[in-house]
Amino acid sequence: MFEILRYGIYGGSISLILIGLYAALTKRSLIKIIIGLSIVNGGIHLLLITIGYVKNGTAPIFSPGFENAAERMVDPVPQALVLTAIVIGFAVTAVALSLIIRLYRHHHTLEIDEIKNLKW
Amino acid sequence: MKKLVVILLLAVTGYYLGDSFMDLGKNGPVVETGVKDFYLEKTVSELKVANTITSIIVNFRGFDTLGEVTVLFLAATALGGILYKKRHHVGERSVLFPSSPIVRAGSKLLFPAIVLLGVYVFVHGHLSPGGGFQGGTIVATGFLLMLLAYDNFSVSHNVLSFIESFAGIFFVLFGFAGMWMGGTFLENFLPVGTMNDLFSGGIIPIVYILVGFKVAAELTGLIYTVLNEKET
Amino acid sequence: MMFIILVFFLIILMVGAAIYAIVQKDLLYAVIATGVISLILSALFLLLQAPDVALTEAAIGVALTTIIFIITIRNTVRHEDDFKDRDDLKSAVK
Repeated sequence: MFEILRYGIYGGSISLILIGLYAALTKRSLIKIIIGLSIVNGGIHLLLITIGYVKNGTAPIFSPGFENAAERMVDPVPQALVLTAIVIGFAVTAVALSLIIRLYRHHHTLEIDEIKNLKW
Repeated sequence: MKKLVVILLLAVTGYYLGDSFMDLGKNGPVVETGVKDFYLEKTVSELKVANTITSIIVNFRGFDTLGEVTVLFLAATALGGILYKKRHHVGERSVLFPSSPIVRAGSKLLFPAIVLLGVYVFVHGHLSPGGGFQGGTIVATGFLLMLLAYDNFSVSHNVLSFIESFAGIFFVLFGFAGMWMGGTFLENFLPVGTMNDLFSGGIIPIVYILVGFKVAAELTGLIYTVLNEKET
Repeated sequence: MMFIILVFFLIILMVGAAIYAIVQKDLLYAVIATGVISLILSALFLLLQAPDVALTEAAIGVALTTIIFIITIRNTVRHEDDFKDRDDLKSAVK
């Protein structure tokens, strides 16, 4: 039973990474490329948290009454890494979108082929 | 033609990714003994903090949190620097039509509750799930609701930059105070109390409250800058 | 048993929303689909016993990323192949 669950979640996160990469490589509109990179971020975070899961584990918080439950807890180290990664991913997306607004004001188009062809 | 090459490359990548990850964690946890046992044990015995993630982020890996706060600060500054022309004045945000009375009355009721929830989340970061980043983002969402509902709601930029700079400077000063007391940078030098108490864990609640203020002020300033952008 | 059915249902919904987000040509619908992906990710993080990460993803991925995308769409184009201001490219719209 646990096997099916593991295969399902790993397959879901890897397919999210591949779908986002396809959008970032093939699409021609700049906003679609940024949407694709945001989807890749989500897939990677899900993959990292799934690695730290222990079967029948519990959250790594020592509430009153659970002081000796350290053997049944899931791995807390990937969760701390993913917390930082989510915030930094959002910051990079915000700066990229502000650059897109400036680019549109100058060239009046958002296709990457047209922006390469224009003279300065 | 280009799409076929891309699909072929992605299929090969997907096959190799699946091959290396599908057998992970088949019998027992992925890492049998490692850093996680040290962290889980030291959190109860030495630091007396209930939330392990908080103790990892603030105490054991506190320098990475300083780097993350710096990256957020740089992103907010860069965004304010890129979009510097063509701003609306206060009270003239171009909305297509004003919001309905239900939205206006409801957001006036919800705004204090959302800010209170955010402050609760980042003050109790070491006792229950939560912390500085989560609470700061919730407070910024409350300000976003008021900015979208009312046309003349404004937050003064000077107050926001003042709070943000002060919180950042005090974070670094706490690190230097740890070094001055004869230890390392960002060491825990205040006394730890009993576990599951509000004033336990040394400097961990104080640092997380400062991080919460800084993230809330930063994200509110970012949203305010982006919302006041004038259409050409 | 219910746990496994719930997780599978959420994963299929998430992959479906991702495919919809990159196929749709109206950019506003694609951005809302990205918000739905973040919401389902937050629920999955909670089911994998990580409540801090679920809180962060729900607050940042759903609220702030969606509003920044929508402000960008308002200041630029609405459809994917939209040449609103350029006269020499208007004949190239497919």
